[in-house]
Amino acid sequence: MAAAMALVRGVRFGSYSIGRSRSLIFNSLQRRGIAACVDPSIGLTDEQKEFQKVAFDFAANEMAPHMAEWDQKEIFPVEAMRKAAQLGFGGIYVNPDVGGSGLSRLDTSIIFEALSTGCVSTTAYISIHNMCAWMIDTFGNNEQREKFCPDLCSMQKFASYCLTEPGSGSDAASLLTSAKLQGDHYILNGSKAFISGGGDTDVYVVMCRTGEKGPKGISCVVVEKGTAGLSFGKKEKKVGWNSQPTRAVIFEDCAVPVTNRLGAEGEGFSIAMKGLNGGRINIASCSLGAAHASVLLARDHMCVRKQFGETLSNSQFLQFKLAEMATKLVASRLLVRQAAVALQEGRPDAVSLCSMAKLFVTDECFAICNQALQIHGGYGYLKDYAVQQYVRDIRVHQILEGNDFFSSWFSSKIS
Amino acid sequence: MSARVLVGVKRVIDYAVKIRVKPDRTGVVTDGVKHSMNPFCEIAVEEAVKLKEKKLVKEVVAVSCGPQQVQETIRTALAMGADRGIHVEVSGKDYETLGPLQVSKIFAALAKKEQADLIILGKQAIDDDCNQTGQMTAALLDWPQGTFASEVTLEADKLKVVREIDGGLETIKINLPAVVTADLRLNTPRYATLPNIMKAKKKKITNVKPADLGVDVSSRLEVLKVEKLKEAGRI
Repeated sequence: MAAAMALVRGVRFGSYSIGRSRSLIFNSLQRRGIAACVDPSIGLTDEQKEFQKVAFDFAANEMAPHMAEWDQKEIFPVEAMRKAAQLGFGGIYVNPDVGGSGLSRLDTSIIFEALSTGCVSTTAYISIHNMCAWMIDTFGNNEQREKFCPDLCSMQKFASYCLTEPGSGSDAASLLTSAKLQGDHYILNGSKAFISGGGDTDVYVVMCRTGEKGPKGISCVVVEKGTAGLSFGKKEKKVGWNSQPTRAVIFEDCAVPVTNRLGAEGEGFSIAMKGLNGGRINIASCSLGAAHASVLLARDHMCVRKQFGETLSNSQFLQFKLAEMATKLVASRLLVRQAAVALQEGRPDAVSLCSMAKLFVTDECFAICNQALQIHGGYGYLKDYAVQQYVRDIRVHQILEGNDFFSSWFSSKIS
Repeated sequence: MSARVLVGVKRVIDYAVKIRVKPDRTGVVTDGVKHSMNPFCEIAVEEAVKLKEKKLVKEVVAVSCGPQQVQETIRTALAMGADRGIHVEVSGKDYETLGPLQVSKIFAALAKKEQADLIILGKQAIDDDCNQTGQMTAALLDWPQGTFASEVTLEADKLKVVREIDGGLETIKINLPAVVTADLRLNTPRYATLPNIMKAKKKKITNVKPADLGVDVSSRLEVLKVEKLKEAGRI
């Protein structure tokens, strides 16, 4: 028993403790002895396979060895993210003229799925940062794009998306943060809740009320850290997503120049929702990465762990379970990629497909990761094993960017 | 400096894959298995691109021998910074029996045709572990060789190479043109960036057949059998 534990532990620690030597490390998360059926590179173009390869390599070398430490010590890994930005991951679907990589939504999904195998929480933050950079790139005028996007794409500066308030989550259009026009400034009053990166980031994309009640009275302004009247709540203690700080963002007579407003007054809600369409694909992609990594971890554990005189991999029940997990993974992947294609082509079904993808994929992938933890038995519950972090980290994907209970309601309204 | 560097890149089964022997014991399973660039070749490409960035060489040409799929490997080299690629078409039975002797003949012919001043190869491939191609290429061209290089410095038309040998580190100075084979600690290969991957699409890969280079790729070796070692005692 002790020897078997040592064997399994050796396999685990091998991938955590050795520094970067790309040729010869055995990295259990990167085991590419994957059955062809769950191979995430199936059906991709050569170029997309290259993008995916860079993302997988970066995840295995720069993120996976630190993912446990970032989670336990609640470290916001600025240096690692800036390295990612140097490879072009800071503004993946932002226009190249302001420093972005100009790739498609499908390329983006593939990249986030791969990065997520290295650390879900950090990848999810990178995706939120990307969403903000895209919003400024798409809805900002040239001055705003040139002012904010280059620094965001290089991650010289980090961004946060501020929509949710203590009183308005799913009912986002009922937000109360007010922005009263005074001369050439908006005076913001109110607070935002659960803001990813809040307090540590530099650029806040804020949805606030400039007009009447309801969605049409909402505008989108960019608030920079250091603006008088901008403060932050305490850092929240979370079950997962610990490599990104979450804080309330508080506005007390915070004066923001009118020139920081993206688009026209009243367009803020639409801008926010359009940002979220892509955000939903990104979050679903992050769930995919976690599920993929968990399936491989479960498979590896089953090949090593022996009970009743044979390895778990000989148990027909567990073989069926693994097959079910693989099936759910592939089905999820296909749905997310289809949604990404629909969004980039501007198809009429894009919005509902993105919501459906987020709803389906986050649920299924959580089930997969949870099942993988179960397969690990008692070891799955220990923080020495990565599978529990995947479970904890992707649990929140079923909640944010569209609580799944409401996603089904919206999807049903659409049909 | 107007130097041109040829870098050999080999498409091999990915290092992390669990290798399985074919049931007929004639080789290993390669169908549907993940392949990537030989890790030592990645280090070779990185060294060549570094020399170009220091403006010590003018052009880096990535070369690979094999069927259509090796173009992926050449594209990876282009994404890392090589300027253009050469795909030497070898397929079917010829590819299965392709070994260091034939590849070194191809490289020697290409070096003359492209007027290369430096050839950088990985010290060995992780599939056959031959560690012969670099040495044979140098012999065929009658060029000096700096093998197992852990440090390469270009000084005018001479190359200072620090070699990793059994006894420690040996430093030699060789004249150009020369062949260098890269060892593990020569450098840490860069990640291709997203913009470079897209730029690589526009870089040219020319196709060439061994016959055009006057090389006969038939093998003098015959593989009799490939077997998995019996496992040592288990706990």
